[in-house]
Amino acid sequence: MRKSLGLAALAALLLCGTASAQQINVKIGVLTDMSSLYADDTGPGSVIAAKLAAEDFMKSHPNVKVEVVSADHQNKADAGTNIVNQWIDRDGVDMVADVPNSGVALAISEVIRAKNKVFVASGPASSDLTGPKCSPNTVHWTYDTWMLANGTGKAIVKSGGDTWFFLTSDYAFGHALERDTAAVVEKSGGKVLGKVRHPINTNDFSSFLLQAQSSKAKVIGLANAGGDTINAIKQGAEFGIVAGGQKFAGLLIFAPDVAALGLKTAQGLTFTETWYWDLNDGTRAWTKRWDKERNSAGKLPSMNMAGVYSGTLHYLKAVAAVGSSKDGAKVVEEMKKLPAEDSIYGKSTVRVDGRVLHPAYLFEVKKPEESKYPGDLYNIKATIPPEEAFRPLKDGNCPLVKG
Amino acid sequence: MVEIFGIPSGALFGQLLIGLINGSFYALLSLGLAVIFGMLNIINFAHGAQYMLGAVMAFLLLQWTGIGYWWALIVAPLIVGAIGIVIERAFLQWLYKLDHLYGLLLTFGLALIVEGISRNFLGSAGLPYALPDSLRGGQNLGFMFLPNYRAWVIVASLTVCFATWFVIERTRLGAYLRAATENPTLVRAFGINVPVMITLTYGFGVALAAFAGVMAAPIYNVSPQMGSELIIVVFAVVVIGGMGSILGAIITGFSLGVVEGLTKVFFPEASNTVIFVIMAIVLLVRPAGLFGRRT
Amino acid sequence: MENVQPAAVVASRSPSALRQNSELIAFALMAVGLAVAPFFTYPLFLMQAMCLALFACAFNLLIGYVGLLSFGHALYFGWASYVSAYAAKSWGLTPELAIIAGTLTAAVLGLVAGSLAIRRQGIYFAMITLALAQMMYFVALRAKFTGGEDGIQAVPRGFLFGLIDLRNEAAMYVVVLAIFLGGFFLIYRIIHSPFGEVLKAIRENEPRAISLGYKTDRYKLIAFVLSATLAGVAGSTKAIVLQIASLTDVNWPMSGEVVLMSLVGGLGTIFGPVVGSFVILVMQYKLAAVGEWVLVIQGIIFVSCVLLFRRGIVGEITAWISGRLKS
Repeated sequence: MRKSLGLAALAALLLCGTASAQQINVKIGVLTDMSSLYADDTGPGSVIAAKLAAEDFMKSHPNVKVEVVSADHQNKADAGTNIVNQWIDRDGVDMVADVPNSGVALAISEVIRAKNKVFVASGPASSDLTGPKCSPNTVHWTYDTWMLANGTGKAIVKSGGDTWFFLTSDYAFGHALERDTAAVVEKSGGKVLGKVRHPINTNDFSSFLLQAQSSKAKVIGLANAGGDTINAIKQGAEFGIVAGGQKFAGLLIFAPDVAALGLKTAQGLTFTETWYWDLNDGTRAWTKRWDKERNSAGKLPSMNMAGVYSGTLHYLKAVAAVGSSKDGAKVVEEMKKLPAEDSIYGKSTVRVDGRVLHPAYLFEVKKPEESKYPGDLYNIKATIPPEEAFRPLKDGNCPLVKG
Repeated sequence: MVEIFGIPSGALFGQLLIGLINGSFYALLSLGLAVIFGMLNIINFAHGAQYMLGAVMAFLLLQWTGIGYWWALIVAPLIVGAIGIVIERAFLQWLYKLDHLYGLLLTFGLALIVEGISRNFLGSAGLPYALPDSLRGGQNLGFMFLPNYRAWVIVASLTVCFATWFVIERTRLGAYLRAATENPTLVRAFGINVPVMITLTYGFGVALAAFAGVMAAPIYNVSPQMGSELIIVVFAVVVIGGMGSILGAIITGFSLGVVEGLTKVFFPEASNTVIFVIMAIVLLVRPAGLFGRRT
Repeated sequence: MENVQPAAVVASRSPSALRQNSELIAFALMAVGLAVAPFFTYPLFLMQAMCLALFACAFNLLIGYVGLLSFGHALYFGWASYVSAYAAKSWGLTPELAIIAGTLTAAVLGLVAGSLAIRRQGIYFAMITLALAQMMYFVALRAKFTGGEDGIQAVPRGFLFGLIDLRNEAAMYVVVLAIFLGGFFLIYRIIHSPFGEVLKAIRENEPRAISLGYKTDRYKLIAFVLSATLAGVAGSTKAIVLQIASLTDVNWPMSGEVVLMSLVGGLGTIFGPVVGSFVILVMQYKLAAVGEWVLVIQGIIFVSCVLLFRRGIVGEITAWISGRLKS
């Protein structure tokens, strides 16, 4: 008995020995919007999330050394591809995370595929990333346009908002969100009366709002995000849109946007997210850690930042299981095999097309008098189970899915 | 609701109003460019940056000192105008004897510096600047909804434009200015300090831009790139109007704003390009511009 | 046109044999340097730099040798890159044909914009070119085929003449090097041709050139189209190299950047734009981490070049050398 214990100890030592000899180095690049309209929903907050994930993982896996770098893509596809090319060719980056901007994300997903690295897309929304443009090197975390449309669109049509006019951000993301939402609206018995497209990062929405106003639609669907959504809602108030009986439907709204709008303006907005800082003890504890690093009063983490954390952690698990970070497609394959679980997103699964399935929540912004403490923004109206929240595998037209 | 040419009147008048507001800014900025060009023979590429700086000043005054909109309308142009005077003394005065192109290049460089600094401190998303309380809300005119603040912008810029025109074209001071443009040596012989006049003119033109910036802040938000987007359109306006006349700059500015607004109603796809197309046509028909003197 | 050559104009501006020789030596050095450079630095960066250098040389042909400041050269560069990318991706053309398609587009745009712009002189010319470029920027923003904000992505590099796989970095490098040196040499030939001498005469004194019987407008327009075309070559090549065409290349900051590159290197010097573009790109690359301060630094360079070193790097060096030779 004693002897066998000793043998076991020796074996364990040997195992440890081989493991520590097999030091794995991983470099993660957070490509994000550091200064423009999506900076509050991602940006520095996402970089912190990636660093927290690296920290947590290295604690439990001392043989893995994780380094996090970051860069600003300025919402330009060419700037993004340039950075990713250099990251992979020169700096040895193995995985790119975040990328809030579908246009940039679609561009770099091609680069990453060609160079066989990994893209943990937690920031972009376009459902094409796991649809026609899916890639064996991409995993799409957090959310997508199909899920937003399905959650929010259905709920609003059901509550009587059956005629829509879209205010759409004029690039890959806005187009996808508008397309997916229009499909849901029409399927639920609603009607789309018209649409107008505005450039990304628009400061004056007045002429677009006038078009929306004269359309007489009950619902003005905002197929945009970040600063654009905030500006549209604010200027809508100036032109008396809501006072005139029309209603805004923010199709993609993050907690930092609601905080920026203020509850007085934002109250009653209904939308879908997969994460909220005040969901449970795990999310609250994580938010505390995040807040300490962010060190900026009043800022809240968004679901994108949580997605960066969760996605990075799962990626690192797969790297440790494979034993190397160099073959991107192999790591992604492992990510699809391993079940994902962490303290803030709970359990998730990675589907064959790269789509990650989480539960989604239909939130409603609280009235100012309902908010009890700073950051107390949402009521949960409904929880949508993962398999209903995301697009069915067969509808995506992803070439990776065989018959 | 009444319809005109199949367009609901609310949409038509609304877009016309937005056109007039844009036109106010075109007019104020092209007026400033014309005043500066008249005296210094320089195209002030930094005009857009100075307009942005006006908005940024208003924003910072509110953040740091609590100075609100109405005082900012006076204080911000004074500060930015003073910066303009420093720029003229430090940089521009060395270029008057050189090719005019160097003035353009130098002010372009200045514009980059100002824009870069603001982006560093403010980020490139727009920062909100609240409407003054006294101008909140709006009037429902029946055929359209008119926000009070936007009505104020049109009235204020018309007033400033015509006051400027009056000073330059109808007063003694203006007469000196115009004379100094035509023949500086002669005016100097009358005992008038021409270099000081040049400096003050530049300061005034810059202050006009800053004034427009403060007025724009509650509408367009305060963003570092707000000036560079606008200034190129204003250049086209200047080419269309020709820089010879103050009144020409004002009229061209307002009317192109209206044309742009109408385009948004009838042919929205072309609304960004219509001013440039008009510029091309004017160049073909009247190369010196609508109000320009043949050179 | 060329048979009327006023001897005075030609003689006063014709380069000495010594100068021409030293230029040829410098050209050979540059060619050799660029041929071995990829063994020491990041080839993708070098290819990008060569495209921008050719763009700057094309721009310099206009400002340096005709005295026309175009503030909208991104128009030809950017639109050529769109058409080239579209041709390679959607029509499946081979890279050389795609580049030709982009180049032809730039030539046509140059002809249209040039014939409008040369109706005015000086700063008006600069403002008109800028405004026309901005118009076409908006067209690119709204048009379907350009992909708007997304640009044209995942452009295939394809097979040169249907044979050579350009996904191979070395093959691509050789192609870009050949295009760059070819374009550069063409500009050199233009400048030293009788046609180039007439351009310089127009720059020095247009009324005099007119009185000598030259149709200066026609010369200016030809120079404008040549410059736009070569900018188009650079833009088309860049789209193939980087496999993307986007709004950045057609927007006004790109027009400003090419002015800056030529100004830093030296307006009206043949090597100036090349030196300038490498200097600016290395600076941008080294300073990428400091974010928007790059813009501020570029502005400071602009201001100090205009106030202190109007001859630019190459101009100052040649002036210094010839000063030494004389003394």
